[in-house]
Amino acid sequence: MKKINYLEIEGRSNGFLALLGVLGAITLAGIGAFFYMEHSGHHVTGMDNQIVWGMPHVFAVFLIVAASGALNVASIGTVFGKAIYKPLGRISTLMAIALLAGGLMVLVLDLGRPDRLVIAMTYYNFKSIFAWNIILYNGFFAVTIVYIWMMMEKKMVGYYRPAGIVAFIWRLILTTGTGSIFGFIVARSAYDAAIMAPMFIIMSFSFGLAIFLLVLMLGYQWTERPLGDAIIKRLKNLLGVFAAAVLYFVLAYHLTNLYGTEHHDVEKFILAGDSIHTTLFWVMQVIVGGLVPIGIIYSKLSNSRSWLGLATVLIILGGLAQMYVIIIGGQAYPLEIFPGMEVVNSAFGDANSYHTYTPSTPEIVLGVSGIAVAMLIITLGVKVLKFMPESLADKDIDPHNKG
Amino acid sequence: MNKKENSSNGLSRRQFLGTSAAAGMTIAPGISLMSVAEAKPLDTAVSSDQRWGMLIDTNKCAKGCTSCVDACNTENGLNTGDEQLSRQGQKAQWIRKVDLRDKTTGHEVSLPLMCQHCENPPCVDVCPTGASFKREDGVVLVDKHTCIGCRYCMMACPYKARSFIHEELLNQVEDVPRGKGTVESCTLCVHRIDEDTNKQRDPACAEACNTAGHKAMIFGDLKDANSELSKQLKKHSSKAIRADLKLNPGVRYRGI
Repeated sequence: MKKINYLEIEGRSNGFLALLGVLGAITLAGIGAFFYMEHSGHHVTGMDNQIVWGMPHVFAVFLIVAASGALNVASIGTVFGKAIYKPLGRISTLMAIALLAGGLMVLVLDLGRPDRLVIAMTYYNFKSIFAWNIILYNGFFAVTIVYIWMMMEKKMVGYYRPAGIVAFIWRLILTTGTGSIFGFIVARSAYDAAIMAPMFIIMSFSFGLAIFLLVLMLGYQWTERPLGDAIIKRLKNLLGVFAAAVLYFVLAYHLTNLYGTEHHDVEKFILAGDSIHTTLFWVMQVIVGGLVPIGIIYSKLSNSRSWLGLATVLIILGGLAQMYVIIIGGQAYPLEIFPGMEVVNSAFGDANSYHTYTPSTPEIVLGVSGIAVAMLIITLGVKVLKFMPESLADKDIDPHNKG
Repeated sequence: MNKKENSSNGLSRRQFLGTSAAAGMTIAPGISLMSVAEAKPLDTAVSSDQRWGMLIDTNKCAKGCTSCVDACNTENGLNTGDEQLSRQGQKAQWIRKVDLRDKTTGHEVSLPLMCQHCENPPCVDVCPTGASFKREDGVVLVDKHTCIGCRYCMMACPYKARSFIHEELLNQVEDVPRGKGTVESCTLCVHRIDEDTNKQRDPACAEACNTAGHKAMIFGDLKDANSELSKQLKKHSSKAIRADLKLNPGVRYRGI
């Protein structure tokens, strides 16, 4: 295996400028949407007192979960010592930082009082998993920046592995925290489950790797740098396992709920109801975002980079659908305030069989802008710093390559 | 505390309060007397010697009557024409009437539902900044200065008792500050119960229920064995809503 040569991308082509232009425009639109919602108040959104977390949360939580997953590639190289993954460490860590920044931006800009961010940073209720997450998110930036520094600074090579181990443990705790935001909610039938934390971790493995693989393939194609099949094959097989593991956790979650009579109603609502959540669950999450990409990955189709790219896109879309079903679906199913009783009449929507939610355009624009911000950070990052290996050809990175 | 000590304690306070107890009596005969008698002067901090609570008798609560809801709205400046841009599901509601039917027996009841002022409130647990808090006397409130509008408390409340303010509010009631982008809920009319002893009144909902002649809502001090509330709770069977969650709400119900 040769010494890896990292190099900034040239970043002068029309394509590069067009990419920056598009991402910048989406980011600006997102900021515009934020100012509009902040100025008017949340009455211009589809959210209300029943569905209190809407589309911005779907994107924000998806990006935050994917961020920790994107770091896995670096961890496999550093913590588990797989040599072929090591050249990907820098780009993996950059992607993790970028995705987290995009997700957090959306989360913060959807607050009722985003101007009070400093309060969130200075007043802590340590019993709140949300407060812990604020510490975990900030810490993640610190830990990963140090990790990248250790990777890039030759003098620090001795600290490279310890920094990687800290980052790996930190990311596991972080995603446990994100899953527990839902797992700790005792009041709602769809949440209140310990499986939420590990399920979010496995979701992060899958969504993060799907984004990583897609960005890697596009980045190397657009910069015309070599990207060999050896690394692609490994990442692809790993992605297949992760995507299948997500389905397994979803299965375990629903089977457990289906066993106890207590949860039959909420299961019926998600799995066999007449709302959008049932369609999203079966069509988008399970079939389009799960079974189809797994089928592509484990068939000969995945030898084609285009098909593999499609599989990653489907996993990402399935992930967004899964977030929608968890976050919106979990709220759409009414609180069981009076078990055994039927609400005949209420002025506050308690009598609804389920709550409806129609996301407004600004909410969607803000959410999508989180993805744009993440991609913008990655695009600018690889231009100004040496994140991308000049070559990921088999002969340059695969220790088992004979050629 | 044994019964003898407790009653002698209450007696001395009543003697001390003198005329103010009588003032309380004229407002809500027989009901607010004890809570007034156990009250503190305005300039002293609330203490855990008291725990404010309520007993709601669904047998007396009339279906279709919204006196408590109307009184709450007027008292706290809710739905007074100010939230014009918000859709129905976005408007604030601190107390609501809910009509229920037993799925098995068909028995129907009507009841008011609001913040249950839990001893172990999930909204307080989950609030990242500590803006959701419980006072020493059991009243659960939101500090409008430190609420960042994350709405996690609304996700966590098992009673859906909280509302988010979706637009700018004008013409607010002086005692009840509210703000766009923050969360709010029933305060048990703290501005009434925190008043100087001789001005203290029951929360607006309970007062209105009495005025309407239903007397379905008894407000008082759960820690005062001599309060009408404690006596009624001891005498009759009552239930906490979602008792399985073991939150020990300050609001109890009869007939559900």
